[in-house]
Amino acid sequence: MRNQQATQLLFELSRPGRRAVQLPPCDVPTRPIEEWIPAEALAASPPPLPELTEPDIVRHFVNLSTLNMSVDTHFYPLGSCTMKYNPKRNERLASQSGFADVHPYQPETTLQGLLAILHSVQEMLAEIAGLEAVSLQPAAGAQGEMTALLVAAAYFRDRGEHRRTVLIPDAAHGTNPASAAMAGWSTIQVRSTAQGLVDLEDLSRKLSSETAVFMMTNPNTLGLFDGQIAEIARRVHAYGGLVYLDGANMNAILGIARPGDFGADMMHFNPHKTFSGPHGGGGPGAGPIAVTAALAPYLPVPIVVRTDRGGYRLDYDRPKSIGRVRSFFGNTGVLVRTYCYLRTLGPDGARRVAENAVLNANYLLSRLKTFLDIPHGDRCMHEFVASASALKASQGITAMDIAKRLLDFGFHAPTVYFPLIVKEALMIEPTETESKATLDAMAEALERICREPADLLHQAPHSTAISRPDEVRAARTPILKFS
Amino acid sequence: MDPKAEGAGSLACCKRASSLTRFSPTFSSQTRMPYIPNTPADQEAMLAAIGVTSIEELFASVPRELRLQGDLNLPPALSELELTAHVAELSGSNVSAAQSVCFLGGGAYDHFIPAVVDFVAARSEFYTAYTPYQPEASQGTLQAIFEYQTLIAQLTGMDVSNASLYDGGSATAEAVLMARSVTDRPGRVVVLQSLHPEYRQIIAAYLANLDAELAVVPTPDGTVQPEALAAAVDDRTACVVVQHPNFFGCLEDVRACARVAHEAGAMFIVVVDPISLGLLVRPADYGADIVVAEGQSLGNPMYFGGPYLGILACREQFVRRMPGRLVGQTVDRRGNRCWVLTFQTREQHIRREKATSNICTNQGLLALRAAVYLAAMGPQGMRSVAELCVQKANYAIQRLTASGVLRRGFDRPVFKEFVVRAVDGEVEKRLESALGAGFLAGVPLGRWYPELADCFLVAVTEKRTKQQIDRLAEVLTTA
Repeated sequence: MRNQQATQLLFELSRPGRRAVQLPPCDVPTRPIEEWIPAEALAASPPPLPELTEPDIVRHFVNLSTLNMSVDTHFYPLGSCTMKYNPKRNERLASQSGFADVHPYQPETTLQGLLAILHSVQEMLAEIAGLEAVSLQPAAGAQGEMTALLVAAAYFRDRGEHRRTVLIPDAAHGTNPASAAMAGWSTIQVRSTAQGLVDLEDLSRKLSSETAVFMMTNPNTLGLFDGQIAEIARRVHAYGGLVYLDGANMNAILGIARPGDFGADMMHFNPHKTFSGPHGGGGPGAGPIAVTAALAPYLPVPIVVRTDRGGYRLDYDRPKSIGRVRSFFGNTGVLVRTYCYLRTLGPDGARRVAENAVLNANYLLSRLKTFLDIPHGDRCMHEFVASASALKASQGITAMDIAKRLLDFGFHAPTVYFPLIVKEALMIEPTETESKATLDAMAEALERICREPADLLHQAPHSTAISRPDEVRAARTPILKFS
Repeated sequence: MDPKAEGAGSLACCKRASSLTRFSPTFSSQTRMPYIPNTPADQEAMLAAIGVTSIEELFASVPRELRLQGDLNLPPALSELELTAHVAELSGSNVSAAQSVCFLGGGAYDHFIPAVVDFVAARSEFYTAYTPYQPEASQGTLQAIFEYQTLIAQLTGMDVSNASLYDGGSATAEAVLMARSVTDRPGRVVVLQSLHPEYRQIIAAYLANLDAELAVVPTPDGTVQPEALAAAVDDRTACVVVQHPNFFGCLEDVRACARVAHEAGAMFIVVVDPISLGLLVRPADYGADIVVAEGQSLGNPMYFGGPYLGILACREQFVRRMPGRLVGQTVDRRGNRCWVLTFQTREQHIRREKATSNICTNQGLLALRAAVYLAAMGPQGMRSVAELCVQKANYAIQRLTASGVLRRGFDRPVFKEFVVRAVDGEVEKRLESALGAGFLAGVPLGRWYPELADCFLVAVTEKRTKQQIDRLAEVLTTA
């Protein structure tokens, strides 16, 4: 029952003379615009936007929305993305006018409730991290990485140390090397062992007095906790370097282990993953960072601090600060949801999140290992990586074929072809908010898919509105807007 | 009042209960776990299938000595009812623009948001979806972003818009990095003092370790003199960054600035207020190479600074150096028109340290809101909101300066905000007394511009009425 008419482009639906918003007449005495604005600054005509009524717009976007899979409609086991349920109480509470209609430059006296929440989020994140100080400013995980690496640069500069390099495992998220490069560091890749852990010998060979930071994801992108972390930290610290923890996988260890306790000097959180913030079709997220006391003076401004009189204020007076990486305070709306989530969980609930995320992943792994290769063993943390290499060798069935075919069974695809160190990778993260029945159904669908004829899979999906878009054509003859 | 509410909502943390890592007894009944569907029976069956007897065994790879001893020191769990009361109290203790009259600007504005924007963004198929990596499962998001890209191109006149960056400030810094790469002139960046001071601070932080010089050209009269700009731009300069209307609300001579930049072989980056483009010449028509903007005004709440929307659009020849995602049109195997993420070889997940940017998560939902806003406003709506801003801002200037207690900071044409100088220098006192009367009256400028310590910035959107403006003039001038 797809409504093809309503999902034409806005520009095709446009009809001259339609409009959805009528503003009130001007109630102040007016003069011709040219008396206020020089004629050469004025456009000859308004921007050529589409002309639509409100019902046009509503039917269009509601029909478009039905072409998406989402957490509210489908199991979405996208590895590394922690697609857990997004609590509705958080949406309702965060949208209150007392938060949503607050201007970033209001006097602090008018913001005490909001500052109390943000201060509490700073403290809760410091506790979860096992680190001293928190900046809520970064807008996303990748910006958190870059911010922390700028903090590290300021720290070494202040100490008169000239360091140049950031070491990054080959299994790392692509944001790690990209953030390091943006922050002005040279990157050196560290190998993983056949077991998927950091190759300590390779690390030691590459560590030097030039090493500023070792960036590590733990649990790593294979879903394995690297138990060598204390030794890794010892070796990095022996050279005066810092350990950065990519917190993308915090869902596995929430309340079980704290990065600061296992040697990290700095880390970022992804509240849109670990703390149930909705992903919004690509954002907004947030990327708060936590650091040791030694690094705290370099954090961006402002930080929320308590006043002597029991209230809260924004502290801008931090002379060693790197400044700022975005305008205003941060992605406050996401952080208010984080507050609601952590206050719902409490200490016991936080640990149960990790326990059930790890239980669900191990259970799904135990079901899948009977018919798919799991190259890195039969235990995992919150996610695991299967490989379609054998199917590819025997029948030409790729990880992408399997991913696309899963859509026909009503499941979103896992992450594919990541991490780069596993061939034909299918990276699966069920999260704690899925039931055993859902995991069973997904496992059964996958098992059936693995027995299906290759030709059927190469053409999959068969039930979606579109199938196998020509991505090469999109890049070779780019059409990036309607014209 | 003390926002630290007592009782259930207390922010106080509980103490660590024991010295051992606590794992849940496997088969205990679970209270307060509204988001975890596993029942004790499910857990038992799952552990058996895995081949272990306890949850703790699943964490065997985490060395015992690295585990947390006891519980996290977090405040106790709250039921939905308790949480709702607690958070509502905290929300209620803020003064919002709904309870006061907001004349604050400086990059975030109290514009009207049509209901249709909230309605569309609340569709959970949009807000609970991930980045559209699987096109067959994401055509809704992909088409909406393609429409956003088109709408931004229509608004700015530029060839290409990306799928969004974080906010106006970081988008400006990304544009600067892009210009360094396009021009192969990494060493020098020129900005105006009338560029948002926080944006300048962001550019400085982004450039701190990149061996680049950041030159700031003074704007003592509220806008730049083209000759002063020309003196600062040389053949090592990657780009000139100009905000128009600028931080003070004044219109810059953008054509002259573009000429200065281009004569030196530098790129011309313009930071615009998207609302102003209902009326002002589109940036492509005066020579902008990259346009960036804070997209908050396009249907997004002020929300104490975020989440917002970084807009970045450029000329076609620079597209492969753009940061962020791009959606492109193509066809599927059946020949149907459809949309995919494209030019991904620019991005971090493919190109790693050689990527054009590290950005991954962007501001997709806010880009969707901007698309709905622009579709709802249309050409006439955008023109009216822009005209209302100009008329009301200029009326406010007349009213505020009528008694002589306040004067204009700069005598330049403005779009929707302007600098006011308190003749007696009493900025804080006047703003405080206005607050007492229910007005968020202005942003003091002394924090960023010591020479403007006797000045504040006033913004007037289409939402402000004549009565509110008249009353603002009264409370600010009679203090």
